Amino acid sequence: MKMNIRLKIGIIILAIFTLGSLILPFFMEVDPSRQGTYPKNMPFSLEHPLGTNSLGQDIFWFLVIAVRNSLMLGVSVSCVTTFVAGSLGLIAGYVGGWLDRVITALMDTAIAIPAFPILIVLSTLVRGNTSFWLVGVILVFFGWPWSARSVRSMALSIREREFISMAKFSGSTTLEIVRREVFPYVYALLVVAFIDAILWVTTTEAALAVIGLSKVEIPTLGSIIFWALSYNALFIGEYIWVVAPVVTTVILFLGIFLTSTGYNQMYATRRGHDV
Amino acid sequence: MNTILKTSHLNKEYKLGGFINRVRINALDDVNLTIESCEPVIISIVGESGSGKTTLVKVLLRLVKPTSGSALVCDRLIAGKGDKPSNREFFSTVQPIFQNPFEAFSAYRTVDSYLSDTAVNVAGLNGKEAIDAMTESLRLVGLEYRDVRGKYPNQFSGGELQRVSIARALIPHPEIIIADEPVSMIDASLRMNIINLFLSLKEEFQRSFLYITHDLATAYYISDYIGVMYRGCIVEFGDARTILADPQHPYTQLLLDSIPDIGRKWHREKIALSDIEAKEFQFTGCRFCNRCPIAEDKCIVERPLAIKKTDGRDVYCHFA
Amino acid sequence: MIRLNNIVATYTTVRGQVDAVDGVDLTIPRGKIVGVAGESGCGKTTLLKVIYGDLIYPLALRQGGVEYEIDNVGYRVETKNGRQVTTSNIKDFWFKHISYIPQSSMSSLNPVVRIRKQFVDFMDAEQRKANVLEEIREYVTSLDLPPEAIDAYPHQLSGGMRQRIMVAMATFFKPDIILADEPTTALDVVVQKGILLLLMDIQAEMNNTIIIVSHDMGVHYQIAHKMLIMYAAKAVEFGDSEDVFKAPLHPYTKMLIESLPTIGDDQMRKGIAGRPPSLWEDLHGCRFAPRCPLATELCQTQEPELIEHKPGHFAACHSLR
Repeated sequence: MKMNIRLKIGIIILAIFTLGSLILPFFMEVDPSRQGTYPKNMPFSLEHPLGTNSLGQDIFWFLVIAVRNSLMLGVSVSCVTTFVAGSLGLIAGYVGGWLDRVITALMDTAIAIPAFPILIVLSTLVRGNTSFWLVGVILVFFGWPWSARSVRSMALSIREREFISMAKFSGSTTLEIVRREVFPYVYALLVVAFIDAILWVTTTEAALAVIGLSKVEIPTLGSIIFWALSYNALFIGEYIWVVAPVVTTVILFLGIFLTSTGYNQMYATRRGHDV
Repeated sequence: MNTILKTSHLNKEYKLGGFINRVRINALDDVNLTIESCEPVIISIVGESGSGKTTLVKVLLRLVKPTSGSALVCDRLIAGKGDKPSNREFFSTVQPIFQNPFEAFSAYRTVDSYLSDTAVNVAGLNGKEAIDAMTESLRLVGLEYRDVRGKYPNQFSGGELQRVSIARALIPHPEIIIADEPVSMIDASLRMNIINLFLSLKEEFQRSFLYITHDLATAYYISDYIGVMYRGCIVEFGDARTILADPQHPYTQLLLDSIPDIGRKWHREKIALSDIEAKEFQFTGCRFCNRCPIAEDKCIVERPLAIKKTDGRDVYCHFA
Repeated sequence: MIRLNNIVATYTTVRGQVDAVDGVDLTIPRGKIVGVAGESGCGKTTLLKVIYGDLIYPLALRQGGVEYEIDNVGYRVETKNGRQVTTSNIKDFWFKHISYIPQSSMSSLNPVVRIRKQFVDFMDAEQRKANVLEEIREYVTSLDLPPEAIDAYPHQLSGGMRQRIMVAMATFFKPDIILADEPTTALDVVVQKGILLLLMDIQAEMNNTIIIVSHDMGVHYQIAHKMLIMYAAKAVEFGDSEDVFKAPLHPYTKMLIESLPTIGDDQMRKGIAGRPPSLWEDLHGCRFAPRCPLATELCQTQEPELIEHKPGHFAACHSLR
């Protein structure tokens, strides 16, 4: 697999973040979300690479935990979303008929409902009492239709191709055909969908957290910004508190984006070769 | 006497256009064919694009349901009212070969996986029996199993891949193989290898063929029966040699005149070309009337019925 | 007159470089219909592109060149020191003297523009559009095509009619050379005859040179005056089509013609065993040797030259000596 430069950079960034957020916590001495551990608002030093904030937390370690939590939420929600999208899309596209109509109706409804306002409303209703994972479930509900649509279109077009008839005349059952004939063509779509879902989940969660509507006690990229803004970090000159998570978020998203488009590019050129 | 192929008033209607300009096209319009024989036969269906031959194949392969009418293939009811065979029985009787060998296989699977699927699922063999059946089929088409195993479609040439396709179709010992333009995408020098293969499969292994093509020369070479189609209708049907030696329907005559034959130069003459193809499907009378040199008013209004001639053929023309 | 001087045309691909035309050297006379025949991968389409000058990446002329002589003026496209060089007058040459009918003409027409506007696009800005349309209508009528077709959109016409309009467009300027790449391949047999007869009429009237590429030998039998047979990027036979069909010299041509069934003839036909060599491999000697019944050791090692074995009839085969 010849990876293009985009994909390489994207994967490197993601690798740094993933490994960092998984391995580094083992080196933590203290739970970074505990307040008052350290003196407040200290500048850079060897002990505190990014200084500390107004709550007495070490910014760097807090960031590490935050990245880990954001990624965990992103990846797990994305797994569920992609699985749901892939299965429903394949069934709707290949099997067709009334099953297709039902699934398409669900898809179109979920897409038409604007996710963000609903999330705001829901979050205000259960403010503070949300479990982190409830947020995840709601995100799955809104996230699956997008990729399901493209999977369905692909399945629809594959259905008409001759090797499907060939597979039928070879005695394959519908499930076997979906799994072995249609799925490989849909695979690339799902990889991209998976990566894009991570992006979407992390963004939405961060956005909610910034407004204070997620469970802000749990460190995530969004909640750092929330606390920083609550403590008027910009006014008191504690720029690092805000800048660090913003820059981290940007780089993380860049990594996800590059991986997604890089993979797409690589796959498209490969397709010209093989398929 | 087995009924190799019998269609009765077979119709397939497609509706094109939106709410306002609905157009009905009869891709198959009252198609009646009967071929009965104790011996295996090769039947050719010839026609140009829009003739309905591809739709006929799809109906006979049960990929598409006809709007009305019935069809029997090798004594089994394929379409129409009545008990139809199970998938397993159908696939053991009828197998297809498609036009584009590269489209017939998924790029993500090895070609021999299709063969083993057919051996296991359709022929009901397992393990060693399946491998023996595959080896035997491949040998019949001139390939070795070890040369085919584990390879993907893009590792073969068009001709070889089409042979693998034929081998797969042979595994369940079908009574008839329906081949939809099987050699049109194959290079000219390799075409006869496959056509001769069909002939030997018919003669030595007792398989019948339904050979769909636009190439009259190869149809002449191997067919016992030939049916000529135009815009969804059969225009002439009967013994291949008799029809091609002495065509009686004006369209068949036009087709034969237009073939770039080696050995016979064309006459330089005006040809009646069709420029309103879609409209021709709407004619109430004979579909060929606006291009026909002998058409009269009767032809525009009245659809010609089959006229049976003494040599056994059916000609669908008022002046036959 | 067109002189092909040892043309080597190369494609650059992800896998490397491949010579799609490998050393074609012959003279095409003027005023004749020349058929270029061969199977997939033989290089006939690439040869046509070289003659037309469609040499953009990834296709490049690695060696040799083409010389055209029209009305006693010479033009040249060739490679010197690895760089492509054309004579300075080549710009006047294109469009006026040489014309190209592409394979899928149905898709070459802009679907949202009326045909007459696409016709007019052909000409330079100096021409008065009104006058020119009149001339176009006259020309189209003279070809027995309905002049109303000019006012239609492409999708309103059948595929055969579109192709005939493409032929009309390509011949309006009375070019000296017309290059047609599989002009009738996707079309029905009856339509094909119409187009080929049209081309023959145009050639008879304008006395220009038509080079037509087709894999269908029957087409060549009907309309070509001269035939060029290509195999695996090489020219293997060239001569008057009557000679080539009646008494082919090269074993490939012979076996190819013999493999084609004819209606009314009950003779048993055989295809050629094996398949054309892959141009990616290292090829030595005659490229047809692995499939040739007459192959000897000499054929495996030494490449045969295209030699005139009979007057006007060239073939590249060792067995003819």
